[in-house]
Amino acid sequence: SASPAPEPCWMEPPAPSLGHGAGFPMAPDPALCTVRSPVALQVGDVKTDLARPGVAVIDVALPPTQPLDLQEIVFKNSYTAFLTVRVQRRRPCDVGREGARKWVTCLWNHCLMPSPHTEAGSQDYFSVFRHQMLCDVDQVTAVRLILRQPSPVWLHFTLEELRLYPRGQQSLQTGFPSWLSNLAPQQQPENLHGGVPDPEKVSTEVQQLWVLTEMIRANQTAARIGRFDVDGCYDINLLSYT
Amino acid sequence: MMMLEQDTGLSLAIAQIVQRLKGSSLHSQLERQARGSLHKPEIKLDSLKEDIKEFLKTSGWEKRLQNAVYSELNVFPSPCHPAAPPEHMKEPLVYMRKAQGSWEKRILKSLNSMCTELSIPLARKRPIGEQKELLNKWNEMGTDEPDLSLFRPVYAPKDFLEVLMNLRNPNYENGDQPSFRNHLGLIQVPLKVKDIPELRDYFSELGLNTGQLGIDDSTQVPPELFENEHVRVGQTVLTEQDSAAAQQYVRQGCPTALRAELWALILNISNQPEDILYYEQLKSNVIQHDLLVDSLIYKDVKLTASNDDYYFVFEDYLYQVLLCFSRDTSVLEHFSYSSATPPKSYIRGKLGLEEYAVFYPPNGVIPFHGFSMYVAPLCFLYHEPSKLYQIFREMYVRFFFRLHSISSHPSGIVSLCLLFETLLQTHLPQLFYHLREIGAQPLRISFKWMVRAFSGYLATDQLLLLWDRILGYNSLEILAVLAAAVFAFRAVNLMEVTSLAAAEAVLADLSTLKVMPLLQIFLFATVT
Repeated sequence: SASPAPEPCWMEPPAPSLGHGAGFPMAPDPALCTVRSPVALQVGDVKTDLARPGVAVIDVALPPTQPLDLQEIVFKNSYTAFLTVRVQRRRPCDVGREGARKWVTCLWNHCLMPSPHTEAGSQDYFSVFRHQMLCDVDQVTAVRLILRQPSPVWLHFTLEELRLYPRGQQSLQTGFPSWLSNLAPQQQPENLHGGVPDPEKVSTEVQQLWVLTEMIRANQTAARIGRFDVDGCYDINLLSYT
Repeated sequence: MMMLEQDTGLSLAIAQIVQRLKGSSLHSQLERQARGSLHKPEIKLDSLKEDIKEFLKTSGWEKRLQNAVYSELNVFPSPCHPAAPPEHMKEPLVYMRKAQGSWEKRILKSLNSMCTELSIPLARKRPIGEQKELLNKWNEMGTDEPDLSLFRPVYAPKDFLEVLMNLRNPNYENGDQPSFRNHLGLIQVPLKVKDIPELRDYFSELGLNTGQLGIDDSTQVPPELFENEHVRVGQTVLTEQDSAAAQQYVRQGCPTALRAELWALILNISNQPEDILYYEQLKSNVIQHDLLVDSLIYKDVKLTASNDDYYFVFEDYLYQVLLCFSRDTSVLEHFSYSSATPPKSYIRGKLGLEEYAVFYPPNGVIPFHGFSMYVAPLCFLYHEPSKLYQIFREMYVRFFFRLHSISSHPSGIVSLCLLFETLLQTHLPQLFYHLREIGAQPLRISFKWMVRAFSGYLATDQLLLLWDRILGYNSLEILAVLAAAVFAFRAVNLMEVTSLAAAEAVLADLSTLKVMPLLQIFLFATVT
């Protein structure tokens, strides 16, 4: 039987992306939420009006009994130029009170496409972290993403693969390579329920460690083998189209 | 693309570079050096780490590590967002990935049909007699006159241009009615390209007040004004062996005597014994197996470089480089940041079994008409085959691959075409309009210059001055600027032509052009 044909490192299966529940040791799973389709904001008759609205809104509903302490918003852009994010939060003073909660802006006009008539940034992946936000994003009950695309050249714009991540609650799993922990900041991330180290800093560090581990895992390069044949044989069929 | 917070992005980049350098020969050399230094009296046990670091610095090994890190930073893109799949790093735009996939499929079909029509296998192990014969005439393969009449190049640049012209973003308003949305040139994809103010800033070292080789070293200019000092600085850079300094230096051009070493320093090529061994290994692979692409290479060399007044003397070198290049599996690494994918096949009788899957050719690159012109100019600088080979390979995986694959990268051929057309349209609108009206879209003429990085079109000394700047700025955008500058230079004649053929004739001979004055005038002396 032949030894396996050497595969270059980039052919390794890609690291499973965030939130597919592949069971990373450290990454928190995305929060459960319902993401509605984008609604264009348009004055006038939607059907007959030819002008592009340029503004759309995506509402994200969270389970009412589980308000979220938001850590990070991750998404894949699809031709949105600017993003504004507003949240509704549950406040202690709201208990027992009926009526609409206030919407608060936590991210204003965040630029995703620096040159909206051109492609740059149009299909990139983005993360927005809590420390970038204008206000406190704990106990969030609803999130509203306001998308703007001022350029009329694009037919559609939206955000895809939207995921909200809560602040990490899992404790660190053991078993990652020791040199990685030497790279990481000296302080070991601790169980957050203890509350003693600054939770902001710790969750950022957890994030960094997780990202580093994934990088290493995805790049398990063996030294280049250099052979292009299989056991000395390079007698091949026609090229495949798949 | 790197939309992570600052520190995470930095940690990721560091982790990536560490991962890539681990297991490299530099890594083992550093370890060996560090271990060897333990015998030295200046290394004390209680300050071991600091002393070893100091030793590595003074012995020049830290500089070598710096150069290796700098090289990695130049070649590999910044790490992607962790959610991004690997194909996103190759090419972020889905429609471009699809277009590249379709184009590749066409090439594969073409190669497969050539294979079946001519009844020649894609790969064949040479019998021992043939192997001996080839080994004997390794240094004079040019004397061979094989019958190549049945072979045809897999594609020519103009076929590729047709594909690029038909590239469309499905989410873009490509109306039939002419409007501001439709570009007036051949390229219809809305990529961001630099305008002249941005180019002036980007290429600031080419400005009118900065000395340039190619201008300020001409015979009328006394060498004390610029040239002597520039040469002296170049020698210092070489003594210091600093890649980053070299890259900055060559923006003003390389003195001829120093060019070979400076380029090697920038590309981080040192021609160690293991590199020479690697080249010899590739050579033995060529001896053992005959590939169909070898015939394509032969044909290309015979059609292009052998017919060129400057390059025909290097014909044998070209075979020695290109045949080995096809067998080099280390080239496969560049596919992680290229939009292209290497062609795949299976060992006969094992179709579909992944353990028997191989790439074809081993380096994954199918040569096209004119490919050998990427190597030819380098033959003026490097005469030792293994060093020439490594320089070419590094130039290919850093720059040349972008000239024949479909991607949105600012140095990719699509961006270069759009940059050329936009510059021409903005700064020579009358000329652009006139050429369009007579059916002579300017890109039809300049495309072949850019795809070949002007090799074979400019005089060699001028070409090398141009390639100095490609290395210095780590970008191919200068090719588009030069193309526009050439049109600007011949604008008066072009305004008088009335057909595409006549326009081609005006621009047929670029061998008398001086590139640096053209670039300087276009960028810095044109009224915007």
